[in-house]
Amino acid sequence: MNASPPSATTAPATARRAARTAVLRAEARLYLREPGSLFWVLAFPPLLLAILGCIPMFREVSDDLDGLRPIDIYVPVTVLIGLIVVGAQAMPPVITGYRERGILRRMSTTPVRPAALLSAQMVLNGVAGLVSALLSVTLGRVVFDVALPRQFPAYLLVLLLALAASLSLGALISAWARTARNASAIGTVVFFPMLFCTGLWLPVRTMPDVMARVVEATPFGAAARALDQAAVGDWPAWSHLGVTAAWTAVLTAAAVRWFRWE
Amino acid sequence: MTLASGSAAVHGAVVEVSEMRKSYGGRDVVDGISFAVEEGEIFGILGPNGAGKTTTVECVEGLRVPDGGRVRVAGLDPVADHDEVTRVLGAQLQESELQAKLTVREALELYSALYPHPLDWRPLAERLGLTGRLTTRFGRLSGGQKQRLFIALALIGNPRVVVLDELTTGLDPRARRDTWELIEDVRAGGVTVLLVTHFMEEAQRLCDRIALIDNGRVTALDTPRGLIARLARSTVISFTPSVPLDDEELSALPALASVERREGRITLGGTDETVNAVISLLARRRITAHQLRVSDATLDDAFLDLTGTP
Ligand SMILES: Nc1ncnc2c1ncn2[C@@H]1O[C@H](COP(=O)(O)OP(=O)(O)OP(=O)(O)O)[C@@H](O)[C@H]1O
Ligand SMILES: [Mg+2]
Repeated sequence: MNASPPSATTAPATARRAARTAVLRAEARLYLREPGSLFWVLAFPPLLLAILGCIPMFREVSDDLDGLRPIDIYVPVTVLIGLIVVGAQAMPPVITGYRERGILRRMSTTPVRPAALLSAQMVLNGVAGLVSALLSVTLGRVVFDVALPRQFPAYLLVLLLALAASLSLGALISAWARTARNASAIGTVVFFPMLFCTGLWLPVRTMPDVMARVVEATPFGAAARALDQAAVGDWPAWSHLGVTAAWTAVLTAAAVRWFRWE
Repeated sequence: MTLASGSAAVHGAVVEVSEMRKSYGGRDVVDGISFAVEEGEIFGILGPNGAGKTTTVECVEGLRVPDGGRVRVAGLDPVADHDEVTRVLGAQLQESELQAKLTVREALELYSALYPHPLDWRPLAERLGLTGRLTTRFGRLSGGQKQRLFIALALIGNPRVVVLDELTTGLDPRARRDTWELIEDVRAGGVTVLLVTHFMEEAQRLCDRIALIDNGRVTALDTPRGLIARLARSTVISFTPSVPLDDEELSALPALASVERREGRITLGGTDETVNAVISLLARRRITAHQLRVSDATLDDAFLDLTGTP
């Protein structure tokens, strides 16, 4: 193969790309056929924001929050929740189910590696997570008059970092779980601590010192702080970005280490 | 690699398995299996449940890694050259599923997009009776319809070799016959077929040669006729005599392998020689044989004989 003429090597390469696109297209159709999953990814976070926004107290300026309203603080929180849902909840049962039911195995008898199914799932969940984030930001802006992120490039960077952390967490759950049921269960168990870290119950910036320090050492606690800082116009602290990036690296390495195709 | 596949074509063997072994938990489930499948041949693998058939063909497909021995498909190593092997080999697995919400049409379109030179899936779907089910989701197909779809997916890449593990399990009699015709046509197009089956009629009709596997070993490798001919009782004679015949008279018959009596009816296993002797015996004794039947032993008989209890 090494010595083959260029036409012979580029043809399979193009064919392989076309094949991977076909896998992505098929998976995209299937993604849209899961109303339950779509609800949790796309509707649940904005809905949560809408419900919080209906509480009058959430729309009043608070002294604890440096002149911001709680609703301003909760836009980044719901954005993060959307990202966590795709990684911890939506993706693992699908991938584990594909392995459990021999779908990955069937695909590995074709010229496309089963990795094409995994990357399609990552891409689709990644896109869904970003759409969910966009919905939360738009809802905040249009309905509750929440200012758009002031430090936009930083906001986007944190968003992508948090998304990467969430997808690598999802990959690790998929690696560990033996069945789709198992994956849903693990996903739910990690989901609630993650929600806490985003500051859903208590915004991270108002947490007591020790608690804040612990939460800021978690991938989504750090991301929550960084997103919060970018929203109000500051460049987020490198320590927060570093924490999320480090978690992503560790989770990815662990997922690669433990993932089985069958 | 091009050279290797060229040399395989010279020898004529498209699938070569030699001294292959595979063990699970210290138990050899494939214990030194060897066979070679010629280009354009339909090669059958038969054997009792748990004999190691699926393990063997999945090593050929590169889905399992043998612990020892050598496997080549078109001169390629299914593990080391997995990518190249997938382009020349189509597989129908004994157990697999597709995404539950994928429709039949989407599955056919998706799998044709995975191969460099796919067949047109429409005529394939038509021949497998899937045309009316194109918009049905995989999860809602009946067992036999799923099986038909997997047969289509095995063939869709226009492979040089197709491996079918339990080809017609779950198919109704008509679909089974249609599938046999399809496989014969596929072979007529030069495709080599490796077929695992539990249906003796299927093996007898389709296979040029058969490997009988038992306990991870090849116990016989021959044409279907050859396997039957190995039986001591390759012919079965049965009749109801007008006058009872005693055992002494029967046991004097040449090449007699078995005697069975049930409600006055006698069934003898033997060879053509036995048949002639029975007829002359009856003529000599002026006995009328009611409902005299002479039949060749079937592959079924050969299977039972050759895979006897260990
Ligand atoms: N992944 C595995 N792990 C452990 N044991 C296995 C595995 N796969 C197969 N075996 C064992 O190997 C033996 C052969 O299995 P195999 O599936 O090859 O049989 P088979 O001939 O295809 O049987 P069947 O006719 O029932 O399909 C069985 O005893 C089975 O329990
Ligand atoms: Mg089997």
